[in-house]
Amino acid sequence: MAATITHPRPASETLDIYFLEMRAKLLEIGATLDRIDRSARPEEVVADPRLAFIREALAVLQSAGPERARRIEELYSLQ
Amino acid sequence: MFFIDPHIHMVSRTTADYEMLALSGVVAVSEPAFWAGFDRSPAGFVDYFRQLTEFEPVRAAQFGIDHYCWICLNPKEAEDLGKAREVLAEMPRFLDQPNVLGIGEIGLNKNTANEVKVFQQHVQMAIDAARRQTAGASPAMRHALILIHTPHLQDKLKGTRLILEMLKDFGNAIDPGRVLIDHVEEHTIGLVKEAGYWAGMTIYPISKATPQRAVDMMEMYGPERLCVNAAADWGVSDPLNTHRTMQEARRRGHPLPVLLDVFYNNPARFFGQNPRFKPKPMRMATL
Ligand SMILES: [Zn+2]
Repeated sequence: MAATITHPRPASETLDIYFLEMRAKLLEIGATLDRIDRSARPEEVVADPRLAFIREALAVLQSAGPERARRIEELYSLQ
Repeated sequence: MFFIDPHIHMVSRTTADYEMLALSGVVAVSEPAFWAGFDRSPAGFVDYFRQLTEFEPVRAAQFGIDHYCWICLNPKEAEDLGKAREVLAEMPRFLDQPNVLGIGEIGLNKNTANEVKVFQQHVQMAIDAARRQTAGASPAMRHALILIHTPHLQDKLKGTRLILEMLKDFGNAIDPGRVLIDHVEEHTIGLVKEAGYWAGMTIYPISKATPQRAVDMMEMYGPERLCVNAAADWGVSDPLNTHRTMQEARRRGHPLPVLLDVFYNNPARFFGQNPRFKPKPMRMATL
């Protein structure tokens, strides 16, 4: 494995910088799921695998690290 | 498509931005008085009010844009009651200027006791301004239009509730149809609209709403008494976020007359309650 580079900032600074961005992305996901529910014929997408992917990705976010991003990418990958 | 930009801080923008606004269909802008990024002295406010009432209308007119503004001491600087007293004493003469629509953007920032006090003083001034103009005789006295800033992020819900309670305490003296409560989001838009006030949605994709969420709110709460703004200022902001919201509504298939209503007619209806505001609501002819 290639040499890694340590992230140069302390965690508190990283959180400061990215907290509002993460919050905005969560709001966007909530609003988009609501929008799908409010759309005509929501029953047609209940079993859509893309929504299953979103739910599984949210479960990854709730799990401990590391490599949450890689695991979400793999969830969305054809095997 | 024509636009009225209901909330933009042009003192912080370049003249090239005026041209860009004109090119993108903006025919009128409404500029509330706000925080400059640093606290000013009372003398600084007098200069600022002159900039809003004398200089900006001339700069806007070069591009055929009507410039209107609002006068107040912003909530962030209202913490200093001594300064508030001095600034409020200067306000009445500016309220009489021909491009001033009313008092704003007043409101709360950190929901402190001093902010509350200064908010109430501004509302009282809006009521008194009308009495002054109608010589105190008419029973149909209508207070000056009021534009209200609601706090940011975690302070927004509490601050909005507090603002609604304070307005309610003024009883019949306040007509909700003459008050616009700005920066509403999903958790506050219902409170504001149900109480009969006008609501403004601000498109700041990180700290307030995105074009997508704003159109969602328009769908869920209806386009009546609703305005969209980009609140472009000296911070990270983009005047065209208003247009991006229109574009998002358009691509969802909302008909042009609804878009004309939200982005032009609604501001024209709210601001037009002050006869100084010239643009009138338009109807789209069916071809
Ligand atoms: Zn503002």
